[in-house]
Amino acid sequence: MSDAQKYWQANIRLVIGCLVVWFAVSFGAGILFVHQLNSITILGGYPLGFWFAQQGSIYTFVVLIFFYAWRMNQLDKKFNVSED
Amino acid sequence: MTNLQMWTYAVVGATFALYIFIAIKARASTTGEFYVAGKGVHPVLNGMATGADWMSAASFISMAGLIAFKGYDASVYLMGWTGGYCLLAMLLAPYLRKYGKFTVPEFIGDRFYSQTARVVAVICLIVASLTYVIGQMKGIGVAFSRFLEIPFNYGLFLGMGIVFIYAVLGGMKGVTYTQIAQYCVLIFAYTVPAIFISFQLTGVALPQLGLGSMMSDGSGMFLLDKMDKTLTDLGFAAYTTQKGSTMNMFLLTMSLMIGTAGLPHVITRFFTVPKVKDARSSAGWALVFIAILYTTAPGVGAMARLNLINTIQADSIAPDTTQNLKIDALPAWFTNWEKTGLLKYEDKNGDGRIQYVGKNYTGTDANGKVIENEMVKVDRDIMVLANPEIAQLPNWVIALVAAGGIAAALSTAAGLLLAISSAISHDIVKGIIAKDIDDKTELMAGRIAMAGAICVAGYLGLHPPGFAAQVVALAFGLAASSIFPALMMGIFAKRVNNIGAVCGMLAGLGTTLVYIFWFKGWLFIPGTAMAADNASNWLFGIAPGSFGAVGALINFAVALSISSVTAPPPEHIQHLVEDIRVPMGSGGAVDH
Repeated sequence: MSDAQKYWQANIRLVIGCLVVWFAVSFGAGILFVHQLNSITILGGYPLGFWFAQQGSIYTFVVLIFFYAWRMNQLDKKFNVSED
Repeated sequence: MTNLQMWTYAVVGATFALYIFIAIKARASTTGEFYVAGKGVHPVLNGMATGADWMSAASFISMAGLIAFKGYDASVYLMGWTGGYCLLAMLLAPYLRKYGKFTVPEFIGDRFYSQTARVVAVICLIVASLTYVIGQMKGIGVAFSRFLEIPFNYGLFLGMGIVFIYAVLGGMKGVTYTQIAQYCVLIFAYTVPAIFISFQLTGVALPQLGLGSMMSDGSGMFLLDKMDKTLTDLGFAAYTTQKGSTMNMFLLTMSLMIGTAGLPHVITRFFTVPKVKDARSSAGWALVFIAILYTTAPGVGAMARLNLINTIQADSIAPDTTQNLKIDALPAWFTNWEKTGLLKYEDKNGDGRIQYVGKNYTGTDANGKVIENEMVKVDRDIMVLANPEIAQLPNWVIALVAAGGIAAALSTAAGLLLAISSAISHDIVKGIIAKDIDDKTELMAGRIAMAGAICVAGYLGLHPPGFAAQVVALAFGLAASSIFPALMMGIFAKRVNNIGAVCGMLAGLGTTLVYIFWFKGWLFIPGTAMAADNASNWLFGIAPGSFGAVGALINFAVALSISSVTAPPPEHIQHLVEDIRVPMGSGGAVDH
């Protein structure tokens, strides 16, 4: 496999990994499993499912994008395709 | 002139002076500056500008109101309008920045080597952006007419005039730097009253934590529990529990996410940063700046609702008719909003007091009669704007909210108008009609298109089509079902060819439009709907507003299957795709 193909595969793996988390916190915790999670309360009076839907998923999205950007910059360097 | 009006004139006037000052400093002299600000915007600043570009009158004014009245169910907007940035950051922005051209339809046209694809993209872009702009114009008019008490039309003309100055002169460059200023104004205006109110109610200043904290009224209850109890006691639906169907919540969230990532005026912002890696981090910064407002909004919504109920039902919150708000002693904000028609009461039982209860309420008054709801209209949109007044905050805070609402509407309007004018001057004029015009002529065409777009938007703001409230679903449906899949396949599926892409876009777009029009009326004309808009008629129970995700799926399926049985894209297109997949070799920064 060429370096370009390896780079692209590593990229796709990273994106899929990030999107699994993206899906889990919003569609998973915030919608599909909200009732189950609401039986747990956090940060005082937040039902956990409700917290994920209105707060937690958004915080996770922010962290995910910066993690993705950081990992991609590493991959760029490793495969010598960085701009600088 | 009242003290509040003086404050409002001072604060709004100061922000306008700032916007015009920036417009004069940041004039565009080339098409590169006009379309993409010379690709020299710092990623953090671009993130801030994207925040203002994205957060419209709907985010600033309407969202907390939606949350206040829908509770948990409004989470779809919070997740949908932020989660799209993950898709944008990981699937589109870096690659489109690498491609390094000026507009979204241009990429679609080049990648699928098809003028038809480009024209379809232009049409989607213009329809989605124009429908969106109408809401901004309405927001500007409402803010002016309520706070400065000048007629709606004058407010609209003033707003148009300001946008005209900085967008026509400065193009993307002027818009970018004014958006940065507007972000600061709007976020300050949104968070200051929220902090005040959160502190009043819970003793915790951060609304993000206040919403989960204990009430400071000595009741020993958590705010959310208090909300649930108060609302159910009064016959409303509980706040934190789900009311709609899980499937529609799922699909609406997905449609909003995909639609967000596919809205051209947002995507274009990522063309303005110097490097591919800046496009990645800039999306993160954009979401940071957006998240500040979006994580504050749930607190604002819940607390505004609680304060409103408290004010009307008195401190006990019991539906006790001897303590309720007296009609001859209404607070000033109440009568002011009543004048706008957004707040209305009717003293149904003639006791001279207002009862605010839900439709499940069964309690009776002294005569044994069931108490009816007398707040016959509480428009959601007033929740943010009236919130500081309901909580009796100082006048300068209320003035700030007016300036913030106007900043949110202006910044989004400018971004949308820029996307429209670029599509006209670059994709239609330069791309199809007059290919050999020089840079200077194209720049002039861009300015004329911008002026024209502002006039059209102003006209639509003055004469809003009756369907203004439903167009948001349309804008997101279009972006989700046509633009997002085309862009994503353009980058990630090398095998997708011109026929596949065009058929996919038309199939996604067509099914989504037909599905929305089927239940809402053709072109939203009343009386032309083919079936009543309710769950029993919907296909598999899917609401029209949630259909964008299904349209996107149809687009992907059609494009991939047709491409697989037709000729692969030519060699040079395959090279183009390989090239945009690696950051190396993107055009460097242009100073300005």
